[in-house]
Amino acid sequence: MKHKIRIGCGAGFSGDRLEPALILAERGELDYLVLECLAERTIALAQKRKLQDATKGYDLLLERRMHSLLPLIRKNNIRLITNMGAANPIAAAETICQIARQLHLDIIVAAVTGDDILPLLSGNENSIETGESLHTSGKLISANAYLGADALLPALATDAHIIITGRVADPSLFVAPLVHSFGWSLDDTERIGQATVIGHLMECAGQLTGGYFADPGKKDIPDFANLGHPFVDVWENGTAIFSKVQGTGGTISLATAKEQLLYEVMDPSQYFTPDVIADFTGVHLTQTETNQIQVVGGKGQQKPETLKVSVGYAAGFIGEGEISYAGNNALQRAQLAGETIRQRLSSSFSDIRIDYIGSTSVHRTSFGHHPDPYEIRLRVAAKASTSIQAALVGEEVEALYTNGPAGGGGARKYIHDVVGIVSTLIPRTQVQSTISLYQS
Amino acid sequence: MKTKLYDIAHSRAGDKGNTLTLSLIPYKPEYYPILCSQVTVASVKQHLNDIVSGEIIRYELPNLPALHFVCKQALLGGVTTSLAMDTHGKSLSFALLEMEIEVNI
Repeated sequence: MKHKIRIGCGAGFSGDRLEPALILAERGELDYLVLECLAERTIALAQKRKLQDATKGYDLLLERRMHSLLPLIRKNNIRLITNMGAANPIAAAETICQIARQLHLDIIVAAVTGDDILPLLSGNENSIETGESLHTSGKLISANAYLGADALLPALATDAHIIITGRVADPSLFVAPLVHSFGWSLDDTERIGQATVIGHLMECAGQLTGGYFADPGKKDIPDFANLGHPFVDVWENGTAIFSKVQGTGGTISLATAKEQLLYEVMDPSQYFTPDVIADFTGVHLTQTETNQIQVVGGKGQQKPETLKVSVGYAAGFIGEGEISYAGNNALQRAQLAGETIRQRLSSSFSDIRIDYIGSTSVHRTSFGHHPDPYEIRLRVAAKASTSIQAALVGEEVEALYTNGPAGGGGARKYIHDVVGIVSTLIPRTQVQSTISLYQS
Repeated sequence: MKTKLYDIAHSRAGDKGNTLTLSLIPYKPEYYPILCSQVTVASVKQHLNDIVSGEIIRYELPNLPALHFVCKQALLGGVTTSLAMDTHGKSLSFALLEMEIEVNI
């Protein structure tokens, strides 16, 4: 049994940068590398790709990431844990083996399945968000239960170099290798609570090292362009020290860790995962060296009896159009354009959103700042049931060229096929996970 | 002296569905009691009146120290179907930091 293990996080979302994972694998002296690549909606979009082609439905960047990473993780004997399987972990495992064969590498991949529970749902289950049955939201596309660390442990017990999953709670990707390495009991709420704190701090990768943090002059981050991703050393008693590879950009400090500890937390004393209900209120952070912090004190209560299920549904379309105004009276011309569009579209759409980019578009207000903007971009968005109807929004904005205020330029139009997400709960006894092994 | 929260604290926004979370972390621990006394549920509700239409819950974390605000019905329906520009509300940490409080420092 190991005394200490080191886990790196090389991706915090599906579109994350590739380079930090390569640096971690090359120079991080890791035991495990985690790539967290599955946002709420990512899996529903992947399910749509799988329906069109049964060999697809895994992460779109899988091939690119694996081509670069496989030689490094084999050379340095690192086990890779990732949810890049998305809607199709089996096809992802087969794809990884194909890439390994091209690279003349021996690789064993364990695919974890069982999160896809769409066949188990009738659609009459209640949505947590709306309180109404799921099918009232729209046609269901996907339903994936959040698996926990227990689903990954059988895969870790094999000789697999890579464990690839679909939907797994993000912290569980880190809890599993800790439990596997130290032989902790899944019922040890103190250890699993601390492991969940560790996973939560790590899961967004660069958000611990200065990403989503920097504010010039106030919160400066050195060598931002080369922002490194974090690794964590964990000891058998649960003590964790977070750091990053020497020579990479970014910062790990009490301030970055505090921001990440509370990120997306709905109740710091009860953070629900499939493994535990974690409690962050006793967490203690200490800066031990430059770019190094120690974290202790995560606790927890017994895991919930139900698993959260993320349900994707067809939510129609959004049509969008944009056009810019600049110079004298720019805001007033943009506002004339916005009100004109509202009148022209009002008979076709019930909910039209008009934004003035450069003024009030993201905060929906401006808290007393009213400098006259030199330039303003008008943005119009509306929901539609068909793509043809959605297209009307951008077409009407584009028509401002010849039917709108003076000096409108740079019109753009977009149509988005919208996948909505709601969630429900399912008794954990109804969800059975399975592992399958593949070899290159 | 009136001071913007921006001058003494930092914040990160997060989202879950239609709920916005906002941490509020003092640069210096000694500012924490000032934040506790002045950045209340009522004052945040008033400040974010144009953004948050639902309930606001405040959590106190003296162990960090930090405050944490959980704001319901704040994201125009939530990231997946909202018509907003910033569907996640990621920029809204800086909306909270625009709030002014009375500080004697």
